[in-house]
Amino acid sequence: MSSTEKLLAAENNWQTSMGRWFAGERVVIRGKDLFTELKDMRWMELMLFSITGRHFSENELKLLEGMWVLCTSYPDPRLWNNRVASLAGTVRSTPTLALSGANSLSEAEIYGRKPDVRTYDFLVRCQETLKSTDACLEDIIRQELKTHRVIPGYGRPIISKDERIKPMTELSIKLGVFDKPYIKLAHTIENALSEGRWRMKMNIAAFTAALALDLGLSRNEYLRYAALSFSSGLLSCYIDANDQALGTFLPIRCSKISYEGKNVRNW
Amino acid sequence: MPQKKEVIHTKIWQEEAESDNPFATKRCLCSGYDVYGDLLGKISWIEYLYLIYCLEPPSQKQSKLLEGIAVILANPGPRDHSVRAAMLGGVGGSHSAASLMAALSVGAGQLGGAREVFLAMEYWQQCNCSLQAWQEIILQPPKQTRVDVWPEMEHTPGFDPHGASCPTPIKQSLEYLASSTPGETLPWLQKHRKELENCAEMPLALTGVIASAFTDLKLTPEQGEMIYLLLRLPGAGAHALEQRQHGWRKYPFFKDAIVLTDDPGPVNVDKS
Repeated sequence: MSSTEKLLAAENNWQTSMGRWFAGERVVIRGKDLFTELKDMRWMELMLFSITGRHFSENELKLLEGMWVLCTSYPDPRLWNNRVASLAGTVRSTPTLALSGANSLSEAEIYGRKPDVRTYDFLVRCQETLKSTDACLEDIIRQELKTHRVIPGYGRPIISKDERIKPMTELSIKLGVFDKPYIKLAHTIENALSEGRWRMKMNIAAFTAALALDLGLSRNEYLRYAALSFSSGLLSCYIDANDQALGTFLPIRCSKISYEGKNVRNW
Repeated sequence: MPQKKEVIHTKIWQEEAESDNPFATKRCLCSGYDVYGDLLGKISWIEYLYLIYCLEPPSQKQSKLLEGIAVILANPGPRDHSVRAAMLGGVGGSHSAASLMAALSVGAGQLGGAREVFLAMEYWQQCNCSLQAWQEIILQPPKQTRVDVWPEMEHTPGFDPHGASCPTPIKQSLEYLASSTPGETLPWLQKHRKELENCAEMPLALTGVIASAFTDLKLTPEQGEMIYLLLRLPGAGAHALEQRQHGWRKYPFFKDAIVLTDDPGPVNVDKS
């Protein structure tokens, strides 16, 4: 049998190096004083310090913030999590409820966090396999498709071209990170996919996961860094619907329900 | 080029519009039954819940089993992680929705939460009523086949890593549900509980009982996860409202509980 020892030891006793508030005096975050040692940090910098405990250079911060600006801030209510924010706006719910509900959708299968972590994992496995075995990229791709039927970070629903690649490439070149190992690997995989019969292009998940790897973020750090990344676009959608006439955001008439179930019957 | 007509595909719900408004409903049918013209007044809430998810009326035994599950889950009590989350919304004066969303976020987890039920149901699908299969899966738990946002499980789903022995309400719940089930997993669990607990080296948890009950109802793990989430909300909501009345002064703040292991101490700004 297991025991209650751990709970008894933790009762009214939370040992932590993450930080705390000393009421009326000071705040400590990961061993640093917020009001003196961390006071000049940008918000993104502080968030990354909270996640990792590490400090990032100015260029690294520009890159990590640039990913949010260029890749995850679309104000388009057709996108699924954005549409939750729009629906919240049209029924006059509150901004925080809109953001909370919509952000929670972002750990999705077809976009957002699951493709992010799977792509990260795929790039790591590719690199390790290529380094330690005789396998070629084509073998790895074939095996991945056999197991999961998709290559994380490659191909895209709705449209194959990912418009974010170009601006992210420009930013990466400007910040001097375009020749790093994982970015190179991500492009090598894209070449293999386009030269083979698969005809899949890289999507932004491969690009950003590669950048995160080159920056030394662990998979969990990358996941946590991205958790709020859609927030700007979500707010845009919420505000837009909130500012327009009540309840008018893309209404659905009764006949747009296509019923495919049992015939009419009595209880 | 004409645009393909976009519609919502569903086997659950059909609507007929009022003649004066295409956006107002004249008749709603749930899996073929007229909800307001026929079901209302005849169907119990539990029967309706089953119908919405399973698209067929429940048998008497299924209905009784689901009713029992709903009572067991309705209020996890104010020490439960998810209810604590809801009450924190209450004491701070947050919205009702915020309390329930907080309860869902926490109650979705892998310790006592809906994800644990989901995983335990996958164990049931894999092992059925084979003691040997259960012992094998407990001793050699499956790893995630694909990287996910969920962390790896740290304990056997359906069992309590902090338990000393199986608590009375869990035994009472198992006994009642096993006596009213149309299936075979609950009676089997009741019969083999101690052998499973010995193998897992921890006592059975409520999530394990509920996963077994959902398996007897022939729900999928996805359905079980969803129904578990929603059936635990009544207590979360009620406790949140109660604590809203009491306010933050009467709710634990754990004033001296946070112990910094690397406190730099007050940092002097003025070094001149």
